[in-house]
Amino acid sequence: MRDRASGRTVGGMRTLFLQAPAVSMLLLWMLVPLGMTLWFSFQRYNLLNPMISGFAGLDNYTYLLTDPALWTAMGNTLLLVGWVLAITVVGGTLLAVLFQQEFFGRGIARLLVIAPFFVMPTVSALIWKNMMMHPVNGVLAWLFNLFGFHAVDWFSSLPLTSIVIIVSWEWLPFALLILLTAIQSLDDDQVEAARMDGAGPIAIFWFITLPHLKRAISVVIMIEMIFLLTIFAEIFVTTSGGPGLASTNLAYLIYIRALLDFDVGGASAGGVIAIILANIVAIFLVRTVAKNLET
Amino acid sequence: MNQTLSKKLVLTLLAWFIALVVFFPIFWMILTSFKTEGEAVATPPSLFFDPTLAGYHEVMARADYVKFALNSVIVSVGSTLLALLVAVPAAYSMAFLPTPRTRGTLLWMLSTKMLPPVGVLMPIYLIFRDLGLLDSLTGLTIVYMLMNLPIVVWMLYTFFKDVPRDILEAGRMDGAGTLQEVLYLLMPLTLPGIASTGLLSVILSWNEAFWSLNLTTSDAAPLTAFIASFSSPEGLFWAKLSAASTMAIAPILILGWMTQKQMVRGLTFGAVK
Repeated sequence: MRDRASGRTVGGMRTLFLQAPAVSMLLLWMLVPLGMTLWFSFQRYNLLNPMISGFAGLDNYTYLLTDPALWTAMGNTLLLVGWVLAITVVGGTLLAVLFQQEFFGRGIARLLVIAPFFVMPTVSALIWKNMMMHPVNGVLAWLFNLFGFHAVDWFSSLPLTSIVIIVSWEWLPFALLILLTAIQSLDDDQVEAARMDGAGPIAIFWFITLPHLKRAISVVIMIEMIFLLTIFAEIFVTTSGGPGLASTNLAYLIYIRALLDFDVGGASAGGVIAIILANIVAIFLVRTVAKNLET
Repeated sequence: MNQTLSKKLVLTLLAWFIALVVFFPIFWMILTSFKTEGEAVATPPSLFFDPTLAGYHEVMARADYVKFALNSVIVSVGSTLLALLVAVPAAYSMAFLPTPRTRGTLLWMLSTKMLPPVGVLMPIYLIFRDLGLLDSLTGLTIVYMLMNLPIVVWMLYTFFKDVPRDILEAGRMDGAGTLQEVLYLLMPLTLPGIASTGLLSVILSWNEAFWSLNLTTSDAAPLTAFIASFSSPEGLFWAKLSAASTMAIAPILILGWMTQKQMVRGLTFGAVK
């Protein structure tokens, strides 16, 4: 038996040595840009105009917070996140129950339905923009005409809705994949017992399946929120945030400030706001994961 | 018996209908990739046509597709290997030599993943500009490695935790040293876990489209950025877009299908198994 105290120091040294690269890299990756964003957000700094410089105090924040564009973008971000969450979580839960049942060709049907999650965002967005939602040649326009409706010019009349549809299509399979895994650990005996006691399928879903999925659903919601808060590529290749600001979310607004206006100070102030928003979600996610972690 | 069969038939119809509707855009893209540009935009959409490889030939010849595909391969495989190199020792020590600080370290790593990329766009862009890393494969590889490092450490950790302690104990009883333990016991037991962690990291890097759009222009642009160049409004090249897209997603779609179970673990940080 090794001596407890020395065992700990040997272990401690080894741990330090083995973890140091990963920890120091992540520390740098987090602290340096974070520190710079904070610093820039209090500076007058525009790459296009080197004459402007110096300490700006809270000017960047005041300017940003009084700019109606920010509030439009925030509203769009909330709508985007809210709608996509509602569609993917409700849809994902129902589909998880359906794809858990025994039916013919279940394996292949499951592969087909989770496929969109593996498609890169720029491809998803462009398939939808062109082949699906094109107002003249798109499949949806053809379907609408077939049933006697007017074809919709999706990206100019319903820009945010179009983005919601595309992003939901990408993330529904994610929710389904996670919830399908979670639903498989449901105790069959419990369901059978409930059925014996005369519970119908809706009662079983509501009182047994849903409570069982509670934690998985909360994990899905939080992970999706982290990614959905900063949806970028889908907007970049379809609407470019337009028309006007109709489909600009917070991430896209910061991108405009940063790489189109080269307003480092303003973009950084926006970045700080995005970081604060993401952290509010992150606290809950880290807590949920921590509860589940045994070291 | 009859009732269960008819129930199964109804479920089959419903589930397959939904699966086909969800998969339809991908199916349509693959179909369009074999059409001529004229057929691609035809109304009503043509389901039966003479398949042609013209779209593929043109993408390969004109758009320098191979260069972008190679960039994607280099960046996603390179960042994955680097991440594994750094993450395997870290995850090993967390799983097998836990200290009171391990839990905190793991949760802190998770929290770094929560930093929204757009929040640090400006600093990263400026650092890259000053170091000459804009539009370079090195720069993008580093960013992807750091982006995926927390997920890689976590996923490896959950796999290492699953290794039965008894086997390691037995090995130690037989006098196996640390190196032998790693080589003969841990490696064979954890190789599947390391492989699926690597695959997840490749998939995430391959499909990443924030940094690739903002940090590359042409030389180092991976497929995500190349496909985005089709979004310009001048002319409609749906067959070419479809051909390029089909080639870009095919390998990852197959990898994704193969590793879906392990992906759940990695993407939820072990919270759902």
